[in-house]
Amino acid sequence: MATSKTLGESLRQHGVSRRGFLKFCAATASMMALPPSMAPAIAQALEKARRPSVIWLSFQECTGCTESLTRSFSPTVENLIFDVISLDYHHTLQAAAGDAAEHAREQAMNTNAGEYLVVVDGSLPGPNANPGYSTIAGISNYDMLMDTIDGAAAVVAVGTCAAFGGLPKADPNPTGAVSVQDLVKDKPVINVSGCPPVPMVITGVLAQFLTFGTLPELDEYGRPRAFFGQSIHDRCYRRPFYDKGKFAESFDDEGAKAGWCLYRLGCKGPMTYNACATMKWNGGASWPVEAGYPCLGCSEPDFWDAGGFYKALSVPTGSPGDVLLTAGAVGAAVGVGAGLMSRNQGKQAVKHHDKVTADQLEEKL
Amino acid sequence: MTPMDFLLLTKGPLFSLAIAIFALGILIRLFEIFALGRAHNYAAARGNEVIPGLKTMYRRFNPDPGTLWHVGFVIALLLFIPHIELIKSTLGVSWPGLPNPVVDAVTAITLLGLVAVLIHRLTHPVKRFLSTPQDYLIWTVTFLPVLTGYLAYHRLINPYPLALGLHIFTVEIFLIVLPFTKLTHIFTAFVARYYNGAIFGRKGIQS
Repeated sequence: MATSKTLGESLRQHGVSRRGFLKFCAATASMMALPPSMAPAIAQALEKARRPSVIWLSFQECTGCTESLTRSFSPTVENLIFDVISLDYHHTLQAAAGDAAEHAREQAMNTNAGEYLVVVDGSLPGPNANPGYSTIAGISNYDMLMDTIDGAAAVVAVGTCAAFGGLPKADPNPTGAVSVQDLVKDKPVINVSGCPPVPMVITGVLAQFLTFGTLPELDEYGRPRAFFGQSIHDRCYRRPFYDKGKFAESFDDEGAKAGWCLYRLGCKGPMTYNACATMKWNGGASWPVEAGYPCLGCSEPDFWDAGGFYKALSVPTGSPGDVLLTAGAVGAAVGVGAGLMSRNQGKQAVKHHDKVTADQLEEKL
Repeated sequence: MTPMDFLLLTKGPLFSLAIAIFALGILIRLFEIFALGRAHNYAAARGNEVIPGLKTMYRRFNPDPGTLWHVGFVIALLLFIPHIELIKSTLGVSWPGLPNPVVDAVTAITLLGLVAVLIHRLTHPVKRFLSTPQDYLIWTVTFLPVLTGYLAYHRLINPYPLALGLHIFTVEIFLIVLPFTKLTHIFTAFVARYYNGAIFGRKGIQS
């Protein structure tokens, strides 16, 4: 556990120049919507920061979030930030295996009690579900999470599975999967959703925590507003085509080639809050919509169950056509029946109508 | 319940429930009316029925806010691209739409028209006297989908799943209320106008 070196020292050792470091701090400040005057403050805080211990727990996940993180375009400074935090436990990235790995986790927890960060990636079977669906070293995910967060300063749920349950929680949820925030009530939880999240967003959230020692401002889903404050639709470079009513209708028509709006091809951009449209992927190279693919809405809860990926946002999720046909047929049958009954009632009334002559009426007077 | 839960509820089970009640209710009413038939008229006809009947269907439109918002409502309902996508997925038929800014302008006019007719109803002594609680109810259930649709399009309610969910929810209220109130005129108005014109035409009267 080399916690003696400060981040600044460590960065210099890795050959990151002061200028490069300050540029990163300025970028972080603007990403978090802070005034430019905050950049030196971020630099100062990061320089002095001791390497904080991070325990990364991987539960019911696909390692996509880690893949995303490792693609944070080497050798950028955000990649090094991750090198220089003390990542004490991470299945995919750690060298240790078996007992040694679990010891590393326990040691990190004991040495840094009350100060370490827990990053969770993946959902986990809830307390009432069969714990056998996902275990690590013979420990159920639920027990490991509860045990590890005991001494944690905060929990960061990385990826939509950890934040909202994601794919494992999708209907019919066979493993009884729940999200981290469903279980962790007494520690601050930051949700960094996305399938996977933008790498810069993961590192940005950690940088903010290191800088200020406080939680970022969160939205109603517990996501940092700095990155999840605006919808894809509002920041989409194809938005002018939506406003003009120019839509691609298939993946290879003239509209698609001309870069028109992908709404009709199922784009969920209007309901999706994420930073893809502004920060982009692969070092700012591109992002799904720019590649001609509609947004899936992967940073939103229950996006797997929110209708077909290639169906427009306004299309209902059930099968309303069948409902309409069935209800219509029943309605027509009942309507015809009711009409014929009233008709018959009228005929019966005429039939039972007693004929009265003028003389009979006169008698009654 | 999160805004997303609300949106999925309105897009899924509630929508199916609403269109089931709508289809069942409106078809029972329409088939009941048509199955009743009309009494045979034994009098000799003095004129044609069909042409005066068809003429009456469109002749009674007046260029007033009432007609204006009706036309706007139909344009926004049938020619907005997301609505066309919904109809295509439900009924399997589709047609070209209008550019969003055109539908936006039409919606704004529709909203103003609806407010104008409400003010007229409240200030005109005869109309006010004739108005029943149901008239105010159907004004409200008609106004709300247009208003929430306008707010959702302009993203004035956040987060968007809540805005869209509210819009779909108000449409579902409209669909459920429709078969059991004066809103059935959507389906019966033109039939009634045709009959009216046809009856006068048969009698040789200009209607």
